[in-house]
Amino acid sequence: MSNSTAALTIPIVLTINGTRHELSLPPWVTLLDLLRERLHLSGAKKGCDQGQCGACTVLIDGHRINSCLVLAVSRDGAEITTIEGLANAGELHPLQAAFIEHDAFQCGYCTPGQICSAVGLLHEAHAGSRQEIREQMSGNICRCGAYTNIADAIQEVLEGGAVSREAAE
Amino acid sequence: MNRFDYVRANSVADAIAALAGSPNSKFLAGGTNLVDLMKYDVARPSRIVDINRLPLKEINETVAGGLRIGALATNSDVAWNPQVAKRYPLLSSAILAGASAQLRNAATTGGNLLQRTRCYYFYDSSTHCNKRLPGSGCGAIGGVNRIHAILGSSDACIAVHPSDMCVALAALDAEVEVEGPKGKRLIPFALFHRLPDQTPEQDNTLELGELITAVVLPAGDFGPHHTYIKIRDRLSYAFALISVAAALKTEDGIISEVRLAMGGVAHKPWRDRALEEVLRGKPPTEANFAGFARDFLRKAQGRGQNDFKIELGRRTIVRALMQAARGTPQNQSDKVVR
Repeated sequence: MSNSTAALTIPIVLTINGTRHELSLPPWVTLLDLLRERLHLSGAKKGCDQGQCGACTVLIDGHRINSCLVLAVSRDGAEITTIEGLANAGELHPLQAAFIEHDAFQCGYCTPGQICSAVGLLHEAHAGSRQEIREQMSGNICRCGAYTNIADAIQEVLEGGAVSREAAE
Repeated sequence: MNRFDYVRANSVADAIAALAGSPNSKFLAGGTNLVDLMKYDVARPSRIVDINRLPLKEINETVAGGLRIGALATNSDVAWNPQVAKRYPLLSSAILAGASAQLRNAATTGGNLLQRTRCYYFYDSSTHCNKRLPGSGCGAIGGVNRIHAILGSSDACIAVHPSDMCVALAALDAEVEVEGPKGKRLIPFALFHRLPDQTPEQDNTLELGELITAVVLPAGDFGPHHTYIKIRDRLSYAFALISVAAALKTEDGIISEVRLAMGGVAHKPWRDRALEEVLRGKPPTEANFAGFARDFLRKAQGRGQNDFKIELGRRTIVRALMQAARGTPQNQSDKVVR
């Protein structure tokens, strides 16, 4: 049987960065708005709010997804990881460290989405070459144009830290 | 976004029943297009029937030797599925040519078929659009129409279907499995999407309350003799101006079977089976492909800004058929079309 409701809020459970949240939400709340406005996890950014820029990228059950196009209630039971959940006990995720090492940002607005997307890319394991990294990161737009360094950072982590910037280009 | 009633369906029958009682309802799967349209007030459903818990994610062999792809399998699930990648690489390639990794991780097979046009006028509710508001007129005719249709359009609508995946499914002669208040049926892919005529608000031939449950691929293997070429304004993550899915077989230097579908040019993926028959029995030469391309677009009509699509379409057809004949399919990470 369906759980039909005319009620304004729907009870759901989400595990966000390892913490269980029991929530009651109107169905029109997007995952991005839930994170930013209700849970004050403002790392994921609202850039275009229409799935074109990638700044809102988070990991849902390990998959990178645009959180601006997800109704939060439709992901009841999911495990969400945001940029705030990547570091481990104060130690940066290798991609976070690589982004700093390679100066892979300027204004930083797209960076949380870029890094979450890159975590998803590594997990998917379909990118080997530089070309494939660039193609598979095309859902993340950087207005500052830090793409070369972003690809350097990802390539270094992908190849186990063995690639120098010169070799990457 | 408008306010709506939310129903979570736990079975296909449940979902169909939940929609039947409410004609202005929408099924919600990945949401990558519907939620976007709701933010623009282009879609204003009174009820959302969430189908994400339905058991429609699997990709299985059919008794006929093909594959049945569950409607809720995501675009990523399908593109990277080992069976799809091995036996239907044309489908994998077309999917990977579309959208971004994030969108493909959320967007589903059924949803991809049902995505709406990206015509600017359809999205902008301050303009005229017969698809969005029947009878209001078409802003694109005589307006900004660089991305619009050159085949099969009407004086009511010149929008194009935006999918890459569907172009490959058209070439592969897929079928769409649906279930509704009147039961189950299979719709041949060529009959699933429709031309706009005077009712452009209808994108497809689904009846009220029908749910897509799967896409079924017939048996068949073109080996390496296929390709998907997508021409767009930037190298990645943009809708097609022109795309071509091509597959062929040769025996003793003669074409024994050829399939070609074009995207970005019409309200549905465009195929011309009569012309495919004409090409059968001929050698796979550039001259024969050029003749096919000329005839394929013989009825093409530009609207001003999109006139370039006619010649671009011809050239893309020839390039795609040459790639298919050589057995050198386009790699979607390689931005050079050879």
